[in-house]
Amino acid sequence: MTTPDELGDLAERAREADAVYCERLRVCTAASCLSSGGAAVEAALAAEIAARGLGERCQVKPVGCLGLCSQGPIVAVETLAGEGRAEHLVPRMQPDEAAAVVERMAAELPPERSIAADIPFFSRQQRIVTANCGRIDPNRIEDALAVGGYEALLHALHEMTPAEVLDEVHRSGLRGRGGAGYPTGLKWRTVAKAAGAQKYVICNADEGDPGAYMDRSVLESDPHRVIEGMAIGAYAVGASEGYVYVRAEYQLAIERLKAAIRQADRLGLLGSAMGGTSFRFHVEVRIGAGAYVCGEETALLASIEGGRGTPRPRPPYPAETGLFGMPTLINNVETWANVPPIVRRGGEWFASIGTERSKGTKVFALAGKVVNNGLVEVPMGTPLREMIFELGGGIPDGAAFKAVQTGGPSGGCIPAEHLDAPVDYETLTQLGSIMGSGGMIVMDEHDCMVDVAKFFMGFCRDESCGKCVPCRVGTVELHHLLEALARGSASERDLALLEELCDLVRHTSLCGLGQSAPNPVLSTLRYFRDEYRAHLAGRCPAGVCAASARSEAAQ
Amino acid sequence: MSVCTLFVDGREVSAGAGETLLEVLRENGIDVPTLCNLEGLSAVGACRMCLVAVKGQGRLMPACTTRVWDHMEVTTHDERLDRYRRGVLELLFAERNHVCSVCVASGHCELQSLAAQLGMDHVRFDYLHPPLAVDASHPRFAIDHNRCILCTRCVRVCDEIEGAHTWDVAGRGVKAWVVTDLAEPWGESSTCTSCGKCVQVCPTGSLFVKGHAVGEMEKRTAFLPYLARRRKGTP
Amino acid sequence: MPHVPTPPAPSADKRWKLVTTSLRRQGNAPHALIEGMHAVQQAFGHLEPASLRYLAAALGVPLSKAYGVATFYHHFVLEPPGAHTCVVCLGTACHLKGGPAILSAVERAHRVKAGQTTAGGELSLLVARCIGVCSLAPAVVLDGDIQGPCTPAQVLERLAPCFEEPEGSPR
Ligand SMILES: Cc1cc2nc3c(=O)[nH]c(=O)nc-3n(C[C@H](O)[C@H](O)[C@H](O)COP(=O)(O)O)c2cc1C
Ligand code: SF4
Ligand code: SF4
Ligand code: FES
Ligand code: FES
Repeated sequence: MTTPDELGDLAERAREADAVYCERLRVCTAASCLSSGGAAVEAALAAEIAARGLGERCQVKPVGCLGLCSQGPIVAVETLAGEGRAEHLVPRMQPDEAAAVVERMAAELPPERSIAADIPFFSRQQRIVTANCGRIDPNRIEDALAVGGYEALLHALHEMTPAEVLDEVHRSGLRGRGGAGYPTGLKWRTVAKAAGAQKYVICNADEGDPGAYMDRSVLESDPHRVIEGMAIGAYAVGASEGYVYVRAEYQLAIERLKAAIRQADRLGLLGSAMGGTSFRFHVEVRIGAGAYVCGEETALLASIEGGRGTPRPRPPYPAETGLFGMPTLINNVETWANVPPIVRRGGEWFASIGTERSKGTKVFALAGKVVNNGLVEVPMGTPLREMIFELGGGIPDGAAFKAVQTGGPSGGCIPAEHLDAPVDYETLTQLGSIMGSGGMIVMDEHDCMVDVAKFFMGFCRDESCGKCVPCRVGTVELHHLLEALARGSASERDLALLEELCDLVRHTSLCGLGQSAPNPVLSTLRYFRDEYRAHLAGRCPAGVCAASARSEAAQ
Repeated sequence: MSVCTLFVDGREVSAGAGETLLEVLRENGIDVPTLCNLEGLSAVGACRMCLVAVKGQGRLMPACTTRVWDHMEVTTHDERLDRYRRGVLELLFAERNHVCSVCVASGHCELQSLAAQLGMDHVRFDYLHPPLAVDASHPRFAIDHNRCILCTRCVRVCDEIEGAHTWDVAGRGVKAWVVTDLAEPWGESSTCTSCGKCVQVCPTGSLFVKGHAVGEMEKRTAFLPYLARRRKGTP
Repeated sequence: MPHVPTPPAPSADKRWKLVTTSLRRQGNAPHALIEGMHAVQQAFGHLEPASLRYLAAALGVPLSKAYGVATFYHHFVLEPPGAHTCVVCLGTACHLKGGPAILSAVERAHRVKAGQTTAGGELSLLVARCIGVCSLAPAVVLDGDIQGPCTPAQVLERLAPCFEEPEGSPR
C-alpha cells in the first residue's frame, strides 16, 4: 500500500525527473501512428540522441495521440528552456530524418518540415478529456501522477462523501458521451439509491460506430484517466466491482488498459483499502468479439455474462437491474474521462463551458473528405462550419462540401444550409441527426447520398442481432429497396414503401439499433430528396451508383 | 400486494403491482395479439406484436414485458398500432417460406390465424425465402426451418421447463436459426429427452410430430402454466 | 452453485494449459464462456467442435448455448483460418475513400470471397466495419499489421508473397 503522501512524492519525483530536460521529442505511439511506423521513428530518435550523447538534456518520450492522425507518424519537438520555449510538430516523420531533426534541435532551430502548433486545428481546441493525450507516456503511471492523475480520486475518498461526489457531478451538467446524452448525475443517483448487495460500474468501450475512434485514442493515450473516473463513480454509487468492455479490434488499447490497471493496483489506487481508506474497488477488462450491438447497454451486459449479445426491453434499466441482476452504472469512456476534472475543479467550472443544455467539451473524430483528419476536442456549441472549415481545414482537392454525417448508423447527414448550426445534443437531433459518440464524416460532391444511406443500412443489417422482427427483417428489406434505387430500377411505389418501412422499423424495433437504423435514410430523404428522385429516373448525380452507368449506357 | 388502477382504451381496470401489462389485459378480456409470448415461459419482447401506446412514454411498449404502474394510460388498438402489427406480420411472411397450402400446421398456426385476424392479406416486400433445411433425423419429431419465425418458444420451454437446453439460437441477424446442441442433427442430440414440449409450443408448422399430413398438426400448450407453477414449487 | 467436475482437456496439446489457466482465473464460471473462447482461439486459431464441447463441459454451459455464442460473434471462427489474413476495412471513411475497390480487387485476384479462405489455404479474406484508424482510410490489416491509406495495387503487391512457396510473409 502506498499512502497519499508517498503518492505525492512519486508525482513530485516524476515532475522533477521531467524538469531536468532542455528538450523533449514526443513520439506518437497510438495505433494510427504506430501503423505508419511510429515505433521505428522512436527507435531512430533514441539512437540518434544516444549517439550524440544528448541523453542528459533531451528526452525521447513515447506518448499517446497527438491528434493529427492522418499526418502520422508525428513527432512533437519541444524546446523547454529559456526564451526559445516552443513546440513544433513534424508530420510523416521518417526514421532516416532523425539525424536532421536532432541536429536542428541541438542548434536551436525549428525542424525543416513542421506544422505550426498554432494552426486552428490545435488553437481552437479546448482540451479537457484529451488534456494529457500526446503529453504523457501512457505506459507509465508516474507520468499520469505527475500531471495530477488520481488526485481527484484521493480527494474524493478522503475529503468528500459519496453524496458530495454525486452533487458535484450533477452540478456539472455532464451528459453521457456514448450517444444518448442522458444526464450523468441523474443516472449515478439512481444507481446510488438502488438497493443491491453488490453493485457494478461498467465502462462502455465497445466503440463500434464506423468512423469514430475517440474512445480508442483516450484509452491508448491516457488509460489512467478512465480508471480514475470509474473508481470515483464506484465510490459515489457504492460499487466494488467494475468492468471495462473493450472491442476486440482495439488490441493496443486493451494492452495499455490492462497495464494501467496493474500499475494502479500496485500503488493501492485500486483493489482493497484504496488510498489508505476502507473503500475497495476491483476492475477487470472484458473483450468484445465483433458485435456492434454489444455497445447497447443491455446487450453489453448479456455479453459480459458470457451470452449472446442480444438486447432486452427496458425497463427495467441497468441502473436497477443490471449485471447479474444487480444495480449497474454504465457510462461511456469519454464520460468517465470527464469525471476526474469535474471532481478536481468543481461542477460549476465544467458547467461554465459549452451551451445551456450541453455542458463541457466533446471529442470528435474528423474523417472523410476533409483536409485535417484526426481528433479534436471543442466546447459544445461550436458551429459545424468552424469544425469542418477551420479546424478541419476545409475540403481537399477544391471539391464542394455536400454533407457532414454525425452519429454513425444511428445518425444522419447534415447539408450545407445548416453548417452554422452549433454542435449540441438538441440541435443535432432537431436536424434529424444525433450527436452520437463523436464520429464526424465529411462528404463532398462526389459522394452519393443514396449510396451513403445504403451503406449504413447494410451495416445495420449485418449488425442486427436478429432478436426482434422489425429490425431483423426490416433492415434487409430496406437495404433491398435502397439497392433497387441505386440500380435505377425503383419506382415511385418503392420510394413510398421505403418511407413506410422506415416508420415501422423506427417505432417497433426493440433496441436503439433498430429504432435508429432508418435515420440515415430519413435524413438524406429530408435534405436530398432530389437525389433520390434522380435515381428513380435512372441517374446518380454523383456518379457513384450503378444507376448512372445505366443512364450513360442508354445515351 | 398493492393494487393499481389503469386506464385501458378509456376503461378503468385494476391490477396487482408487479403484474405485466399483458397479464392484466388478458385478465380483463382485452385482446392484444402475441406471438413470442406464451404463458408459463419468460417474456422476451421479441415479436413486437403486443406493442401498445402508453401515455407519457416516447416509445411504444411491449405489453408482455412491461410491468404496470398506477394510473398508467394505455391504448391497445388504433389505426397506427394495427398498421404496425400488420407490417410486422408482413415482414415475417416475407422472411421465410410460409406457404400454408402445403404446411402440416395449416389451420392450427398462430401466424396464419393472426394474419387473418388482422387482415394482413398480401406482402409488398421482396420475398427473401432462403432455401433452408428440414431436419427429420429425430425418430418422432422434425423441424422445418423454412417455417420458423424465431420466436424462441422452443428454446425457452426446453431450458426453463424441461431443463435440457437442447435448443438455442445460433448465428445472428437475418441469418439466425435455431439449433440443437452443436448444430448437430436433432436425432443425434445427447441432451434431448424427446419430451416433445418444443413441438407443442411452436406457434407454426416449424416443429411438428412426424407422420402428419397437411393441416393435421395441432398443438397443445395448456400444460404449460401448470408445469411452470409446479417447477416453481408453488402448490 | 453446483460444482462442475472439470473434464479432461481434449488432447495432450500443451496449448490447453493456457486455456485451462484462463478458465480457472474466472472460477470456471459459466460467464467465462466468451473469455474461454478468446483463449481457445488465441491458442488454436479457431474453435472446433471438440473445443466447444470442452468449454461447455468445463463451464457447465449447454452445448447449444456454446454454439449460439460462438456463431453470434464475428470474431470467432469455427473453420481453420488461412496461413495469412487480410482484413479490408469497409467502415464509413474507408467506404467513401475506396475500401470497396480494394476488396473487389483482392476477391478477383485470388478468387476468394469476403469471409472465406482461398482454396489452397493461403489467405483468409475478411472485412471490418471501421478499425478505428479512419485517418488512414482506406485501411487494411495484413496479419495484424494496420496499413493505410492503400490502393488496390499496393494491397495486391503486399499479398503476393503469401502465395509464394514456401512460407511467404506479406511484407
Ligand atoms: C446499437 C447501439 C450501440 C451503442 N454503442 C455504444 C458504444 O459503442 N459506446 C458507448 O459508450 N455507448 C454505446 N451505445 C449507448 C449505450 O447503450 C449507453 O447508452 C451508453 O454506454 C451509456 O453511457 P453514457 O451515458 O455515458 O453515454 C450504443 C447504443 C446502441 C443502441
Ligand atoms: S432492434 Fe435489432 S439489434 Fe435491437 S433487439 Fe431488435 S433485432 Fe436486435
Ligand atoms: S422452431 Fe417454432 S418455437 Fe422454435 S423458434 Fe422457430 S417458430 Fe419458434
Ligand atoms: S408477445 Fe410481446 S413482443 Fe412478442
Ligand atoms: S472507416 Fe476504416 S478505419 Fe474507420
